[in-house]
Amino acid sequence: MACDPKEAALALHRFGFGPRAGSIEAIAPDPRGALLAELERPNAGLIAAADLPSSGAANRAVFEYNAERAANEKLERRRREAAAQVAMKDSGGEAAMEAKIDAPPPTPAQPAAVPLPRQLFRNEAKAHFDAAINAETGLVERLVWFWSNHFCVNADTTVMAGGYEREAIRPYVLGRFKDMLLAVEGHPAMLLYLNNAQSIGPDSVAGINRDKGLNENLAREILELHTLGVRTVYTQIDVTNFAKVLTGWTILPTVSDPDHGGEFVFLQRAHEPGPQTVLGKTYPDTGVEQGRAVLADLARHPATAQHVATKLARHFVADDPPPALVDRLAQRFLDTDGDLKEVTKALIAAPEAWAPEQKKIKRPGEWIVAALRATGEPGDVVRIIGGQALLGEPLWRPAAPKGFSDDNAAWVDGLGQRLDIANAFAHREGLGIEPEAVVDVALGPLASPETRIAVGRAESRPQALTMLLMAPEFLRR
Amino acid sequence: MPSNIQVPTRQVPTRRELMLGSAALFAWAFVPGSARAEGCDPRFLTIVLRGALDGLAVVAPVGDPDWIKLRGDKALTSEGRTPALPLDGFFALNPAMPNLHRLYQAGQATIVHAVATPYRERSHFDGQDVLESGQAKPGAVDTGWLNRAVAMLDPGGRTATPGRQAFAVGPIAPLVVRGPAPVLSWAPPRLPPVSDETTMRLLDLYRHTDPVLAQALEERIGLAAIAHAGGINSEPGDDRPVVQVGGIEQVRKYFAEAAGAAAKFLTRADGPRVGALAFDGWDTHVNEGAGKGRLANLLGALDGAIAEIETNMGDAWRETVVVLATEFGRTARINGNDGTDHGTATVAVLIGGALKGGRVLADWPGLKDSDLYEQRDLRPTADLRAVLKGLLRDHLRVDDRALETDVFPDSGTARPTAGLLA
Repeated sequence: MACDPKEAALALHRFGFGPRAGSIEAIAPDPRGALLAELERPNAGLIAAADLPSSGAANRAVFEYNAERAANEKLERRRREAAAQVAMKDSGGEAAMEAKIDAPPPTPAQPAAVPLPRQLFRNEAKAHFDAAINAETGLVERLVWFWSNHFCVNADTTVMAGGYEREAIRPYVLGRFKDMLLAVEGHPAMLLYLNNAQSIGPDSVAGINRDKGLNENLAREILELHTLGVRTVYTQIDVTNFAKVLTGWTILPTVSDPDHGGEFVFLQRAHEPGPQTVLGKTYPDTGVEQGRAVLADLARHPATAQHVATKLARHFVADDPPPALVDRLAQRFLDTDGDLKEVTKALIAAPEAWAPEQKKIKRPGEWIVAALRATGEPGDVVRIIGGQALLGEPLWRPAAPKGFSDDNAAWVDGLGQRLDIANAFAHREGLGIEPEAVVDVALGPLASPETRIAVGRAESRPQALTMLLMAPEFLRR
Repeated sequence: MPSNIQVPTRQVPTRRELMLGSAALFAWAFVPGSARAEGCDPRFLTIVLRGALDGLAVVAPVGDPDWIKLRGDKALTSEGRTPALPLDGFFALNPAMPNLHRLYQAGQATIVHAVATPYRERSHFDGQDVLESGQAKPGAVDTGWLNRAVAMLDPGGRTATPGRQAFAVGPIAPLVVRGPAPVLSWAPPRLPPVSDETTMRLLDLYRHTDPVLAQALEERIGLAAIAHAGGINSEPGDDRPVVQVGGIEQVRKYFAEAAGAAAKFLTRADGPRVGALAFDGWDTHVNEGAGKGRLANLLGALDGAIAEIETNMGDAWRETVVVLATEFGRTARINGNDGTDHGTATVAVLIGGALKGGRVLADWPGLKDSDLYEQRDLRPTADLRAVLKGLLRDHLRVDDRALETDVFPDSGTARPTAGLLA
């Protein structure tokens, strides 16, 4: 295959996380081949995470942490009240005031340790970003980010957001859609986020005893966002029935057992008894298997194929992707029983995916990672998290279950904030750079003559780096 | 029902955390020993003005008969609505700098004019390298003259402060202070704001390459009206609004805060005595606005920083010297965009109570076509290294041999300027 550095640069920006030093040259002999090769790596998508706790363990640790903190606060309150009473009794009110003044000054506070929940979040975030920063092209990590956003949860409602991505998303990004769907909808983070943990079959034992009932949230979002797509083939009856199917999918409480709790559990006692009809098909009551059967059918539904294909094409190619491309991806999805590696290969093979015009604006996180890769900076996780949040894309904290938008319109308004961040980054990291060399690393043949001039004529190295990071070819992909 | 699920507190860092990370001041934590032995405790601060400051717009040769011819209605003059502030009859100061003027009149400011580093090309990056490295030529360097000068000093009995532990502000040191002497840092709580210059350049790039991004940026900076009137390259009229993208207030605050913090550190009993910081934004190719506009605003901010330094120095002011220097000057004539392009000679400004000030030091080269360097720039008649060597020798007591060999190699032709100090 002919050496094509321009296509290599485009491949790295569009399908990966942007070039690192030498990336463009490394894959120029066969850009598409390099992308495909990344799909074939053993354990692609997984990350070494020996030091990161499982979702259940994180949940239990935070439970214990908060319980201890509450107890300590209570003890401290008691001590203060007791001391005040003793002082009152001994010397009356005025003397108590003096005693207060004479009391030794409080010991200087130790620098506050990072609270455990925040530390867990940072550790997970670091693993998440490091995988992207260090990836060869970054295609598989882009798929992880895509699916993590498609099946989003919210870190404000659970300490398990990072563990969720490692446990329910990563193992399946090159596997079958059905398996990811089952892993996601049965994960405690999702059951909590979309309230299924508290959904109870009205006619179940628990429902009768406690006068509690259904919560339709998860069932609706599975149909609307995760599989078929909004306003497609389902009705309110389907939502209600599917919610009944999913009753009993909940979380094991963490109260007395240090080794268990916070994991998925199927609670027969809360499960709505009887067969349920979803999308015209009746599913007998087989307990937890009833829900799995519905999910398996949803996973291979043509509407799901169309929905997933549209979102993939919109993410990688254009806000309004070519219909022929979407149809081809959907067909590949159906032909392979939702084999996501095959669908990804079809995307890479599609001529529409290689149009030279960079139509998409990089999402904030992609842009930040690309900046770190271009400059060879290792990146500080607190800064990355902060920058991404300032740009409107706080990690694992979308405003709604729909996830962060994939339309340019959602991100172009943040251009001013990107300039602020580029400027700050450039003042921090830009003093030692050789501007022209960084343009070669980051854009290579993608750099327009105008961008090269703007960088070359900058008044300082920081300004040169700012111009590069804000250049259209770098902001877009 | 699981009652144990815990909601973490928000992980978004505070704005303060994010702002850590802007370089400003660097300094060393020991007193120059030989100076101290004489009962002195000198302070020395270097402010690098990156982007090439137009020296003729800071200190104008109003007494030169060719001045008006050269700059026309863009020339600062002693008449008009905002007359330049008189210095010595021949030169006058930009009216945006009343504090500098006051110091000059008090004998605490010296202007060196028609001065340049040995660099004679016109690349910012290379020019800044020469200015900050102290080398005669651009090239791979990783140490600056100020650091090497300090490394030459006897630590003056302050070795007790953990060895030669140094002090600095900001996580990244400007080249001028990088080198063998170790550096600590402190970062001001404010980011250097995006300069108008950067924003305008980016807008220019977008206008040529990406209309969608251009529009988004225009909306951000509220420039739509100006854009419709013809864009940033249009002829400016008197009533043309002054472009203030990032807001000059932000720039003022940043300059004052960084410079003021530097001064405070230099006054502490156990604090550092030598430091440096850098202010960007002087590359005025378009609509320079020396009398009113962008450059006037920046000079006003710089003047505010000068006042902040003087105030915060307190009693130490009388033992202080501050050098303000830039990589090179700008074209003598105004270009086609009411700006100026990269040039050669410019000014260096010295302030501080230790100076024998109230003087403009200049071997004035003249402004006729034949006087100009390559018939376009103010011709350099003074070597910046001579001025710096004079200050390092007489103020910090760096010895002559160290100045010639380590601090400014190959600078034999630039003899240290004598008599700068009171």
